[in-house]
Amino acid sequence: MLPLKEKDKPIVQKLLSAGCCARCVLRFCCVSVQAAYRQAQHETLKELQTFIMEKENNKVQDSADIKPHDTESSQTVEDPPCKRAKLDPTEAVQSETDDAAMVTLKKEESSVCALCLGILQDLCGPDQAIKIVETVKSQNYEFDTLVLSVSLPAQLCVREHSCWLHVKKEVRQKGLVLDKDDVIQVKEAFKWIMQGLVTKQLEGVAVVSKSPFEVGVEFTHPDTESDCHFLAKCCPDCFKPTKNKQSVFTRMAVVKALEKISDVKFLEHYPCPPSEPSGSCTPQDIQCLHVSVFIAGRYNKFCRSLPQTPWVIDGERRMESSVEELIAAPILSAFRADGFNFSSSGREDVDVRTLGNGRPFAMELLNPHRSRFSKVEMKQVQETINKSSDKIRVRDLQIVTREAMSRMKEGEEEKTKSYTALVWTQKSIENEDISFINDIKDLTLDQKTPLRVLHRRALAIRQRVIHSMNVRFVDSHHFYLGLKTQAGTYIKEFVHGDFGRTKPNLCLLLKTDTDILELDVESVDVDWPPPIPE
Amino acid sequence: MDCVEQSNADAEAPSVIGRYFTRWYRADMKGKLCEDHCILQHSNRLCVVTLAETHPILQDGRAIKSINYQISNGCSRLNNKVSGKSKRGAQFLTDFAPLCRIMCSDDTEYTIYSCIRGRLLEVNENILETPNLLLEKPSTEGYIAVILPKFEESKSITENLLTREEFEAVVSKRSLSQPP
Ligand SMILES: [Zn+2]
Repeated sequence: MLPLKEKDKPIVQKLLSAGCCARCVLRFCCVSVQAAYRQAQHETLKELQTFIMEKENNKVQDSADIKPHDTESSQTVEDPPCKRAKLDPTEAVQSETDDAAMVTLKKEESSVCALCLGILQDLCGPDQAIKIVETVKSQNYEFDTLVLSVSLPAQLCVREHSCWLHVKKEVRQKGLVLDKDDVIQVKEAFKWIMQGLVTKQLEGVAVVSKSPFEVGVEFTHPDTESDCHFLAKCCPDCFKPTKNKQSVFTRMAVVKALEKISDVKFLEHYPCPPSEPSGSCTPQDIQCLHVSVFIAGRYNKFCRSLPQTPWVIDGERRMESSVEELIAAPILSAFRADGFNFSSSGREDVDVRTLGNGRPFAMELLNPHRSRFSKVEMKQVQETINKSSDKIRVRDLQIVTREAMSRMKEGEEEKTKSYTALVWTQKSIENEDISFINDIKDLTLDQKTPLRVLHRRALAIRQRVIHSMNVRFVDSHHFYLGLKTQAGTYIKEFVHGDFGRTKPNLCLLLKTDTDILELDVESVDVDWPPPIPE
Repeated sequence: MDCVEQSNADAEAPSVIGRYFTRWYRADMKGKLCEDHCILQHSNRLCVVTLAETHPILQDGRAIKSINYQISNGCSRLNNKVSGKSKRGAQFLTDFAPLCRIMCSDDTEYTIYSCIRGRLLEVNENILETPNLLLEKPSTEGYIAVILPKFEESKSITENLLTREEFEAVVSKRSLSQPP
């Protein structure tokens, strides 16, 4: 039995006559009992039909309703007279005989619903559930639950609005607090029907309202796209062209315009109730998407001819590989992800090695088909990376949350970094000539944006602190310089001076030209991600 | 002994210019003999304008009296201010835009020109305080200005300039033609 009351009768009557399907009728009666939508639509239609035949009750109810009805109609002053005139023939149907009503029923069964454009009719059932599940299974995802998302043509909102205006009076009469928001949405009804069917097909995988794995169903209806067009003339503000949207008639924009437009204006431009469509919606390809998985770790870079990210100049690849690619390849294949975004705590130049505990990095893996890995399995992935190349090494590889990733970038400026530079001096040196450097503490540098990056960064003078330095004599023209610095210090420029644009610099300190031959990052002092014991 | 070691070290001396920059020259700027300019173009297209070692200012142990970036009543290169990654507000320079005027102690004045088209990013204010930088390190700390050519002109702007070999040829011809 459908959970309908006497006051639903006029709504049911009006909507069936307007060419709405049985489920859309339930929606506008604000029926929120999910089972009512799940039963076969022809059953529902039959029940609705029988329901409006119960004339006796209807009469009694009607007379009892007269008072609130009047109050209501006096409030809805914005209703134009033309609409009222239009409604009259529809109301006449109410008083027709059983036979006439049955004719209406026959017609409804074969035609496409003017409201949901067939979505709650033939596009909603076991066949569709099978199609969804076949697609999901073919893509070989690993998941415990799934969420069904539905994308509907924007013009459905216009039709919904038209229908709302058509029965607004009757719905409000049903309950004074009921409003347009209380009408069950097509999307909602679709999910109520489909979720159980999909669960059944997937042998028990729960279809829930929130899940990392999303299966998207999309419908379009090209024939009625022009339904929205009048809105652009009435509310041009809502339809500003945007770069990446192919049509201005997005669902959002249409909803916004419908909130703004007056009922009178709407009814001037759009039929009420909406006209009957010639055919059903077209289902689009089913889209599966797993939310990103985030992983983090630390990497060493042992090679002086390896960029951190692919190096492309004038569209041409400069180096055959990169740190991120060497790390990403085994991870992508383990997680079967479509792509990745790599980020790290700072970066080193192509000719700089990163030693010690390595540099923290994090990766967003896009649409991973597999997402659950045990600690042992993560260790195996790490091993695969480390065996694949001797140019890099990864440690502390782990799955992290999106939120935790921000810890890597937090306070990046305050962090310290340790370096070792091999320095050349133009003048011949002895150990005594350089040992004073060991005593320099917290040396503040004024660094103009280095010439080598000035083409793409703003010109500025930044103050950076070298906390301490130590020297190790090599020969009369070479020594190793260890530095502990504030993050963001340009070490190469400190050594060679960058045309005097970093001051003080090592040339000034040693009173001779100096140059940097090799640079190693010894440590990046960031305590994230947490270390994983070997 | 010291001498040998010195020359040995010079031979293998690394240099920032050698690593990252290409040297381009304009000889006899505006027809004025020996007023040679050297443009150091970084691999990132940015250009540093410097005096070539053959420029008269750097000859015969001359001293510098003044350096003036005020190139006309209305225009001072010191007023150049750039902001943001896109370097908004930069003065735009053409090949023959004057950058500064340098007065030597014998009261001869030389004008240094941009030599390339592009946006002026900075001038070297250090040489105002320490003019000797210009004499001692003309191709590094004694640079005149930094100019950023348009991306699409980064190759073509040096077409009218001489390569190092071409410039050396000009210089050796010059010394032959000069009376002994
Ligand atoms: Zn419908």
